[in-house]
Amino acid sequence: MKITDDAPPVLSALDRPNSYIGRSVPRPNLARLTQGRAQYVSDVTLPRMAHVAFVRSPYAHARITAIDTAAARKAPGVIAVVTGAELGKVITPWVGVLTHLKGIKSAPQHAIAVDRACWQGEAVCAVVARTRAEAEDGCELVEVSYQELPAVTDAETALDPGTPIIHPELGDNLTFERKHEAGDPDKGFAEADAVVETIFVFGRHTGVTNEPRAIVADWNPGEARLTVYQGTQAPHMMQNLFAKHLGLEEHQVRVITKDVGGSFGIKVHTYADEMAAVALSKLLKRPVKFVADRIESFVTDIHARDHRVKAKIGVKNDGTITAFEIDDLTGIGPYSVYPRTSGIEANQIVNLVGGPYTCPDYRARARVVFQNKNVMCQYRAVGHPIATAVTEGLVELAAARIGCDPLEIRRRNLIPDDGYPCSAPSGIKFEQLSHHEALAHLDAMMNYAGLRAEQQRLRAQGIHRGIGFAAFIEVTNPSAAFYGVGGAKISAQDGVTMKLDAQGALICQTGVTEQGQGAEAVIAQVAATAFGVPIERVRVITGDTDNTPYGGGTWASRAAGIGGEAAWQAGKALRANVLACAASILQAKPENLDIRNGAVVDGTTGTERLPLHELARIAYFRPDTLPPGFQAELMATRHYVPRAWPFAFTNGIQASYLEVDINTGFVTLLKHWCVEDCGTIINPQLVDEQIRGGVVQGLGGALFEHCLYDERGQMLNGNMADYLVPMAAEMPDIEIGHVVSPTADSELGAKGAGEAGTAGAPGAVMNAVNDALRPLGAQPITAMPLTPEVILRALGRV
Amino acid sequence: MSERFHDITLTVNGEDVRERVDARKTLVDFLREDLSLTGSHVGCEHGVCGACTVRVDGVVVRGCLMLAVQCDGARVETIEGVSDQGEIADLQTAFETRNALQCGYCTPGMLLTAQELLARGGVPSRDEIRAHISGNYCRCTGYQAIVDAVEAVAQSRAGGRR
Repeated sequence: MKITDDAPPVLSALDRPNSYIGRSVPRPNLARLTQGRAQYVSDVTLPRMAHVAFVRSPYAHARITAIDTAAARKAPGVIAVVTGAELGKVITPWVGVLTHLKGIKSAPQHAIAVDRACWQGEAVCAVVARTRAEAEDGCELVEVSYQELPAVTDAETALDPGTPIIHPELGDNLTFERKHEAGDPDKGFAEADAVVETIFVFGRHTGVTNEPRAIVADWNPGEARLTVYQGTQAPHMMQNLFAKHLGLEEHQVRVITKDVGGSFGIKVHTYADEMAAVALSKLLKRPVKFVADRIESFVTDIHARDHRVKAKIGVKNDGTITAFEIDDLTGIGPYSVYPRTSGIEANQIVNLVGGPYTCPDYRARARVVFQNKNVMCQYRAVGHPIATAVTEGLVELAAARIGCDPLEIRRRNLIPDDGYPCSAPSGIKFEQLSHHEALAHLDAMMNYAGLRAEQQRLRAQGIHRGIGFAAFIEVTNPSAAFYGVGGAKISAQDGVTMKLDAQGALICQTGVTEQGQGAEAVIAQVAATAFGVPIERVRVITGDTDNTPYGGGTWASRAAGIGGEAAWQAGKALRANVLACAASILQAKPENLDIRNGAVVDGTTGTERLPLHELARIAYFRPDTLPPGFQAELMATRHYVPRAWPFAFTNGIQASYLEVDINTGFVTLLKHWCVEDCGTIINPQLVDEQIRGGVVQGLGGALFEHCLYDERGQMLNGNMADYLVPMAAEMPDIEIGHVVSPTADSELGAKGAGEAGTAGAPGAVMNAVNDALRPLGAQPITAMPLTPEVILRALGRV
Repeated sequence: MSERFHDITLTVNGEDVRERVDARKTLVDFLREDLSLTGSHVGCEHGVCGACTVRVDGVVVRGCLMLAVQCDGARVETIEGVSDQGEIADLQTAFETRNALQCGYCTPGMLLTAQELLARGGVPSRDEIRAHISGNYCRCTGYQAIVDAVEAVAQSRAGGRR
């Protein structure tokens, strides 16, 4: 292991001429985005394209007694007005369950509500018109009669006998429950010198992608094909789902994903309104476009994080942690989201709590319940921010109780760096982590001792600053263990097809997708390195099910680790093919040749023997000059899926330094640090920027973001003026450090880095606020977002 | 004045434009739908996110808070025009090399807003840069790379020194 920081790593076994591994190569295609020449789905227009807008339920729970569409049908520009029952003739409903989440249940969900609306914002009728504005005008004229039903909104009472059951056929409001026990937690708590018990509350928040969800569906009956332009992270998954629910074969469906204006897990799920748009195209035999507006986004984009966790830690006076216990409750809306389910976040919390530590005694329960609010599902760092804030919140509360320094208690309990491979009490498996090296690096990077001295000095002046930490682990590079084993048609493997074009450039097609993370850059870097051309000679094609290898897409921090390894293997395979061709042309042995800088060279002296454009010319246009029986194969495909480990866990530690104004309750973030170990770093700049962006998303959830609902299930702040997101002025500079523990599951050794920032930031900020307020006798704060009101209440000032 | 549709004449990126517009149509919808200038983006449609930022008579405005009909006689500039003119070439390059954009959806608005600050001259502090772009929402980057890029261009335009 070595610390890299901003310097490129020392040459490794992966380095070859034209090595771009470990270099901060700028992403290709950025000029298109800076010049306003991108093509997002919201920009797509097609001949005869119509626009759909939806009439949405104003009630959280209501029976639909009548829909009068007569006036809307006559409105200017309106092409069709379609109810859920009518649309049900072309699209089947779906149920969001997976077989490996034992006992998970949900009810059939329709593209447009049939008979009953189960959350405020659920679509109850579609109006298709020439323009979006005319479609919205038409929606105003649709008369829907509702009979309001009692709304189940409080997760705490969702399972009470007196609470109405949202889907009576399911028997109760329990979606999923998991219980887990490892070691002897009762003995652990009995042996503790102190037991700290508290309740953590995490507010609902959502992704707020800058480009809302967008889809253009184009059913062409002339060729019996459906082409869908969609801002999605997983084109092949959507191809499968469109085909399945529209009664088509997958080869009849093409999903094209061009530029995507932000995703973060929001755009990897099945949305009823998007399914409706596709079904409407089939029904109307013409292209139909749907772009959610911001108000629709707030009540229909998946929400996340709405968890209440009762949690307990036992600790000895010497700092040894003796046991962890959690009881998680989460409300996920009226349906488990299809096809990944809404049970995963709670399941992850059970998996991850206590994960960085050696303590073997652990008890957990997680319950997932239905309620009449917008659906919840997987959003960036799924479960990690909660598990990390709970674990790290407990650790710092325990440290304070026994009078131990917060870094010292971690040193005494983090799994030793030479203690791998090993398993956590939850059963998750670790190949190689680096908690202690990461902690030591963070300690030095932030000058912890100096900051403590500064904190003390300023406190004497009435300035209240806090330092908080959060050690974390992150699930990356998922194998089929994540979804495939549960029956979902979500590919764990991914592929890269690489071909030499007729001028000697490299064309790479891949199943991983790009939504700004830099997957295209990573594929290009790896391909150029493995094959041996300047990166300017590499073109990467993503986001088209007709033209890329079958793959999972980009989610769960998988694109670099899985797609990158496929590119590495494809590059090696094509290199071997090209060298075989060169050897036949040059009457040399392939093993004596190499490809460097776009030319075949002598492997020993590096002398150029044959430029690639000349090789391509001969292979494509004068194959008659090649020896009889030799066929050049200038295209190669390789796939990769992690096999040795279900997940490539990464680790790291974050620190927050902030100031609390005890009169107003306002928090000023002064600085944030993150040391992270994602294995081999393919592009240091992209890794750092993933972490920075992730940290800020975590800070948003910690301090600002909250989907507020009233007791009738009405969202109260569904707009960007009332729902606060992090803006530039409130955010700190973020310093990043690295430790490198490659995974041996792949030759590249790269793990994911997309969610580490979001995983750790909320816990670090919560701990820092408590650190600032502790000398004032404040109650520990364990509820997010940490609004001024929450802070003033903790101080007893309101 | 009660007419729903209005004829407007304006220049957009230096080109003369005459169109008949619905009185309710926002400037950004007009640019995107009627003129196919899709570099200006629609993010929130209520003036918070800044994705629709354009310049009208030299002033940065929100394309979702201004109606097309209000632009009769105006000089409108979008990212396409400003980009083609080369006015912000250094800023675009700085964004690209610093990876100050990820999905790119906020980027046209962010660039025009940053250029407004840079055009004032001098080298603004990081806090001043943060304050100036604080009406432009970026969900991807966490802003630091954007601040770095704007700061670097300010220094470079000021002669490479503070």
